[in-house]
Amino acid sequence: MAVKDYIREKFFPHIWCPGCGHGTIMTSLIRAIEKLEKEKNDIVIVSGIGCSSRICGYLDFHTLHTIHGRALAFATGVKLSRPELTVIAPMGDGDAFAIGGNHLIHAARRNIDITAIIMNNNIYGMTGGQYSPSTGYGDFATTAPYSNIDHPFDFVKLAVGAGASFVARTTTYHVTSMIKIIEKAIAHHGFSVVEIMSQCPTYYGRKNKFASAVDMLKYYNDHTTPIGSKDKEKNPELIERGIFVDKEMPEYCDEYDKIIKMASQGE
Amino acid sequence: MKDNVVFVQGNEAFVEAALYAGLDFFAGYPITPSTEIAELLALRLPKKEGVFIQMEDEISSMCAIIGASLTGKKVMTATSGPGFSLKQEAIGFAVMTETPSVIINVQRGGPSTGLPTSGSQGDVMQARWGTHGEHAIITMTASNNQDAFAITVDAFNLSETFRTPVILLFDEIVAHTRERLIIPEPGEIKVIERLKTSVKEGTDYHPNLPREDGRLPMSDFGGVHRYNVTGLAHDMWGFPTTDSTTVYNLMHHLVDKIQGHSKEITRTKEYYIDDAECLLISYGSSARTALHVVEDRRLRGEKIGLLELQTLWPFPAEVVKKKSVNARCVIVVEMNMGQIVHEVKKAVDDPEKVFLANQINGSFIQPTDVLNIIRIIQGKGA
Repeated sequence: MAVKDYIREKFFPHIWCPGCGHGTIMTSLIRAIEKLEKEKNDIVIVSGIGCSSRICGYLDFHTLHTIHGRALAFATGVKLSRPELTVIAPMGDGDAFAIGGNHLIHAARRNIDITAIIMNNNIYGMTGGQYSPSTGYGDFATTAPYSNIDHPFDFVKLAVGAGASFVARTTTYHVTSMIKIIEKAIAHHGFSVVEIMSQCPTYYGRKNKFASAVDMLKYYNDHTTPIGSKDKEKNPELIERGIFVDKEMPEYCDEYDKIIKMASQGE
Repeated sequence: MKDNVVFVQGNEAFVEAALYAGLDFFAGYPITPSTEIAELLALRLPKKEGVFIQMEDEISSMCAIIGASLTGKKVMTATSGPGFSLKQEAIGFAVMTETPSVIINVQRGGPSTGLPTSGSQGDVMQARWGTHGEHAIITMTASNNQDAFAITVDAFNLSETFRTPVILLFDEIVAHTRERLIIPEPGEIKVIERLKTSVKEGTDYHPNLPREDGRLPMSDFGGVHRYNVTGLAHDMWGFPTTDSTTVYNLMHHLVDKIQGHSKEITRTKEYYIDDAECLLISYGSSARTALHVVEDRRLRGEKIGLLELQTLWPFPAEVVKKKSVNARCVIVVEMNMGQIVHEVKKAVDDPEKVFLANQINGSFIQPTDVLNIIRIIQGKGA
């Protein structure tokens, strides 16, 4: 099917700024779902609040646009009620790791079969460019006019530490591998975290001396490297991309089914 | 004795009632004095293939039940004071998205951590206005196990009928008092199921287009119709909009569907009201004290009665006005610094005849607390 068969054209044009990476992520998500040969009625998208969350309205799946930071909590309710559905939660960096950080680590701990896609643009874009938990030390933002003294999270390390059974990182520059990673994350039976570095030329870029979206994409290419590459040995500053964790663990809905069986045997 | 007669605390009665009403999904977080509700449902729900989940916090518990409700489940969460504060934003999401859900708040002493193991009725106004923005909401309460059972079933019915969160505003005293409960036979109390759309698969379903009677038939989220749900102001497709006419219609729909059906939602109980010169108005555990006073003073020949409110919001102003018209004085009995008393003053013909008998020290309000007020009004001194 064509990409447009998966979107709600009547709700276009979308609200994302020219040069924003989020549209690239949306297209890649559609391509991944298409490759998995999922029916549109099989897919549920649950989002929070922010630029990322608006992906919900544009996709022709079951879409639930919730409140800031809580997408995974709503998604947990949906998934436990209808485990046969494929539940995907696209979130922003602030959404997933600031206000929603608690829900992310606990969803990881439970290993509930939800795919968390972190559309990481290193900034609060919807509110006009405030520093987020992934804004770099020394970066600028409207709330860090002198320089950011917060240290950023490494989302991958955090997800691994919380016990997620699938953890990956990619960027909007590396579209082909992004599609493959999203495909694997959705197919994975358990909690998946995919961090996608996504450019925000309007707010992050302007404040941090990126002349254009293209410059930011080039930066992603120049400053990232596949996991375990020789370049990383030479330059430890490079950010690794690829699949960090992909392991089988008991999945939460399956475990709950066992509880139901145990409870009914106790009668 | 029949085995449907049980000796239980209020929290157990709420659980029995929720299961009777068809509860499928519960998410919660431990908090005193409502924890027994979660403990019992952890045991009971899996036996009927229902879902119990202990979430990571109060906020996510509320969010999880909304997600589950959208898929067609009957859902509930239970909490107390601080947890009720934390749930407010998500309750607003349920209001805006018209998602049926039942929230039990077993009130305890506040503000803040307050008195976790003591009774209070300090959350009446929070139940009404706790979440931000203009909205209407249904709040119910009861004073004993048998009534709490019926009211809890009612709460599920109203939630499904009006597609709204319903708050069950119980208090620690009702929740922890052990007394007899007769569990009704199936069918004895009517259980209302959700109104589902008749729109066929493959045909456009407008999730937010009210019928002529104002009701919105639902389609199970994740089922045959794909649609968008959002907490933003939305159009008939459930898609965000700022169009002033659409927003105007949405806001009126959200408020009118509840305020306009106040009569259907109102539940009250009357004791010795017809000739009462002194009318007590009370609710929840305080109504037990009020009833004791009324029965005691009746034995002494005093013309005193009680109007017990089981619906707090929308406030049953018409009933209060009608029932208090012949009373020379109206005394509101509640365990706060006066919350329902202001609503009563607005409802009656003469606000000067309305007084407050209250207690706020963590102890259950005593008959003497009420009698002292009566004596002062009668000019006898406390």
